[in-house]
Amino acid sequence: MNPLLTHYLIVSALLFSIGFAGAVARRSAIIVLIGIELMLNAANLNFIAFWRYGAHPEALTGVMFVLFSIAIAAAEAAVGLALIIAIYRQRKTTQVDGLDRLKG
Amino acid sequence: MLNEIAFYLIAAVTLAFAVAAMALRQLIHCALCAAAAFAGLATLYLQLDAEFVGFAQLLVYVGAIAILIVFAVLLTRADEVLPGSRRSSPSWLMGIAAAVLVLAGIALPILSSPSLRHPPLAVADAPVKLIGVELMTRYVLPLEMAGVLLTAALMGAVVIAMREEPETKAQSRPPAAARREQTGEVVSRP
Repeated sequence: MNPLLTHYLIVSALLFSIGFAGAVARRSAIIVLIGIELMLNAANLNFIAFWRYGAHPEALTGVMFVLFSIAIAAAEAAVGLALIIAIYRQRKTTQVDGLDRLKG
Repeated sequence: MLNEIAFYLIAAVTLAFAVAAMALRQLIHCALCAAAAFAGLATLYLQLDAEFVGFAQLLVYVGAIAILIVFAVLLTRADEVLPGSRRSSPSWLMGIAAAVLVLAGIALPILSSPSLRHPPLAVADAPVKLIGVELMTRYVLPLEMAGVLLTAALMGAVVIAMREEPETKAQSRPPAAARREQTGEVVSRP
C-alpha cells in the first residue's frame, strides 16, 4: 500500500516551516541560505507529489518544473554564497543583523 | 505496507536532518546535515517514481550545492570565534512563532481536504528518453534560458567573489575612493 498524497504534502509543509524558521531565526547568512534552499526543496517535493498522484502523470509537467527549479536553485546558491564571501571580505562578518548599512 | 514503512522512515530521517541543519551550533555541522536532508529528499523523489529528478537532486544538491556551502563556511570561518556572539537573532522566538503559524496555515487546509486523501491514480513513469524528447521539443526555450541563466550566474558569482587586486596601500583612504582608483587602474591596463 502506498502512502497517500496527504502524507507527502504534510512532509513538504513541515520541511517548508523548518526552513522558514531557520531563515528568520538564525543570524548566520549561510544558515539563512540553507533555510531558503530547504523551502525551495519543499516546493519541489510538492510538485513531484502532485505529478505522481495526479490523473495524468504522462504529461511530465511536474518533473520538468522541478528540473528547471533545481537549475535555478543552483544558480541562486552560487550567487548567494559569492555575495556572502564578498561581504565577509569587506565586513569580516556574516551575521545578518550586522549588515544594516547600505553604504560601506 | 512496505512502501509506507519506507516512506515514514525516510520522511522522519529527512525532517530530523533538516531540523538539525537549522538548529546546530557549528556551521559546518549545519552544512553537513543540510546535505543529508537533501539526500533524503532525493530518496523521496525516487520513491515517487521520479528517478531522473532524484538523481539530478543528488548530483546538484549533494554534489554541488552542499560542497559550495561547505566551502563558504570554511572561507568565512573567523566568524565563529567572535566572543559573546549569539547564534540566533534577538527576535528568534517571533521567528519560531511565525514558522508555526505558517505550518498551521499550510497543514490545516491539507488535513481538512478529503480530496487529497487518495493513493496514486495512475501508473506513473518518467523514462529518461521521454524527458529528453520533451526537453528538446516542448521545453526547448526554457532549457536554453536555463543555460543562459546558469552561465550568467556563474560569471556573476566569479566576479562577485573574486579577490580584489592589492589595494592595501590605499587602506587609510575611504573605500569608495580606493575602489574608484582601482577600477581606473584596471581599465587603463593594456
